Amino acid sequence: MSALSLVVRDSNTMLRRNLLHARRYPSLTLNLLLTPVMMLMLFVYIFGDVMSAGIGGGGADRSEYIAYIVPGILLMTIGSTVIGAAVSVSTDMSEGIIARFRTMAIHRGSVLIGHVIGSVLQVLVSLVLVGAVAAAIGFRSTDATVLEWLAAFGLLALFALALTWIAVGMGLASPNAEAASNTAMPLILLPLISSAFIPADTMPGWFQPIAEYQPFTPAIETLRGLLLGTEIGHNGWLAIAWCVGLSVLGYFWSKSLFERDPK
Amino acid sequence: MPPSVMPTSKKGEGVPPPAAISAVGLRKSFGDKTVLDGIDLRIPTGSVFALLGPNGAGKTTVVKILSTLITADAGELRVGGHDVAAEPQAVRAAIGVTGQFSAVDGLITGEENMLLMADLQHLPRQEGRRVAAELLERFDLTDAAKKPASSYSGGMKRRLDLAMTLVGDPRIIFLDEPTTGLDPRSRHNMWQIIRELLADGVTVFLTTQYLEEADELADRIAVLHDGKIAAEGSSEELKRIVPGGHVRLRFTDPAAYRTAVATLHEADRDDDALALRVPSDGTQRELRSLLDRLDSAGIETDELSVHTPDLDDVFFALTGGTDKHKETAR
Repeated sequence: MSALSLVVRDSNTMLRRNLLHARRYPSLTLNLLLTPVMMLMLFVYIFGDVMSAGIGGGGADRSEYIAYIVPGILLMTIGSTVIGAAVSVSTDMSEGIIARFRTMAIHRGSVLIGHVIGSVLQVLVSLVLVGAVAAAIGFRSTDATVLEWLAAFGLLALFALALTWIAVGMGLASPNAEAASNTAMPLILLPLISSAFIPADTMPGWFQPIAEYQPFTPAIETLRGLLLGTEIGHNGWLAIAWCVGLSVLGYFWSKSLFERDPK
Repeated sequence: MPPSVMPTSKKGEGVPPPAAISAVGLRKSFGDKTVLDGIDLRIPTGSVFALLGPNGAGKTTVVKILSTLITADAGELRVGGHDVAAEPQAVRAAIGVTGQFSAVDGLITGEENMLLMADLQHLPRQEGRRVAAELLERFDLTDAAKKPASSYSGGMKRRLDLAMTLVGDPRIIFLDEPTTGLDPRSRHNMWQIIRELLADGVTVFLTTQYLEEADELADRIAVLHDGKIAAEGSSEELKRIVPGGHVRLRFTDPAAYRTAVATLHEADRDDDALALRVPSDGTQRELRSLLDRLDSAGIETDELSVHTPDLDDVFFALTGGTDKHKETAR
């Protein structure tokens, strides 16, 4: 068996194992879905009037604010779903079965690749569900073309891949599931200090550079541009650079952690 | 599969079988704690080797290193004809490992665990299903096949674990404390399974803290103590190297007892039982000389019994010296 077919075959086996886990025990995925949906409801129905007054330059139109925050909520969905990847990788590593995999003549990385692809698929399902909720409460894109929709999906998938590799590294670096969940917390907190809920230029001056250049804001602004026709500018390249950079970093970090001698 | 791991018939033939597992100068430290301090092993193909030692002696570390799970600090190690450091994937293809802690996926069923192994061994789908079903049947798990492995009892998990190991038909199997924590019936089941493996020509590397287990199963036994092999040999050889063997002479007639006491100065006396313990290694020559002395003194014993030391004696003799303050094995 050639090296490539070995990777594909073993990763596919590991992916099926992870999907089986997710299907048998859907509660973790569903719990993680609650956070973005609750945030969406909270900001639209509880804070909505004040928030929309703040961004719309006076006109308190709730549907405009829905349009404003949905791209941020979608990226927050990615952040919260990949926490599940950190937790399940960390749990998995404490199981004897991983030691068994390490003593078998299988592709070394297949365990992690299976986790990553499984997690990205879970994120895509979560995005569809959150997107459906957003559409149900009135989110509509403003004349996005098919190409722009495809680009939007591509961006979301790429962002999911990047955050998943980082989350897998966090899971590997954590001694147990609780620690993994805590370590991965920034992935759900970062959107709160991005342009997800309020524009970055309404934040205090000293904080604006942090808000503008952290990974979430360029991705959110790009998604807004694709779905709502706002200005993308340099955010498109920044978003892709962050995605590629985080994927590569997460990949090599995870790989080196996995190749350490297990305890 | 290299020819060196062909099944060979058991000992007693001219050419010694090639080594399935060998180690020279194996060393491993964790931080500044030396766990293995230069270990040499040679395990012939088709034999059962038991590594015996108290908790924390480093038995599991030896298994982890030889099964490529962790790396050694030093030592020349070969498993199945391959260098462990240079060709770990080739070693992995030749071995099966059943660890001390159950290496099953508790979230999925027993059958799914077996099919997972079949997929990872790259068996064609049909064959994978057949092998999985056969092994589940052989290990008496067919009824539980559709239940999550986390719901299995300790003995069932251990059987599933070993069944998973056997999916790829490995010719060298590492069993790290395969019966620790099992009830006596499950333990005897496991022993039976290990004997069947041996009958198939599989080489078994077993670690255990149960002397009885090593005695029952192993062709050769090594006692691991303080990071070194304290003794190695067959069960019989090990028993012979420790003191504790003796001949017990019992009398009903106090007069005969007193005569015997006067004749056999070296014996330990038990005046209440009218019994003497004469130190002896139990060999034919020593017994004959003892009997000659009794005959020439005209002593008739009512009961004579030979006591050879068991592995417990060996174990405590070898590991007891520096270890008394620590917990004893078992």
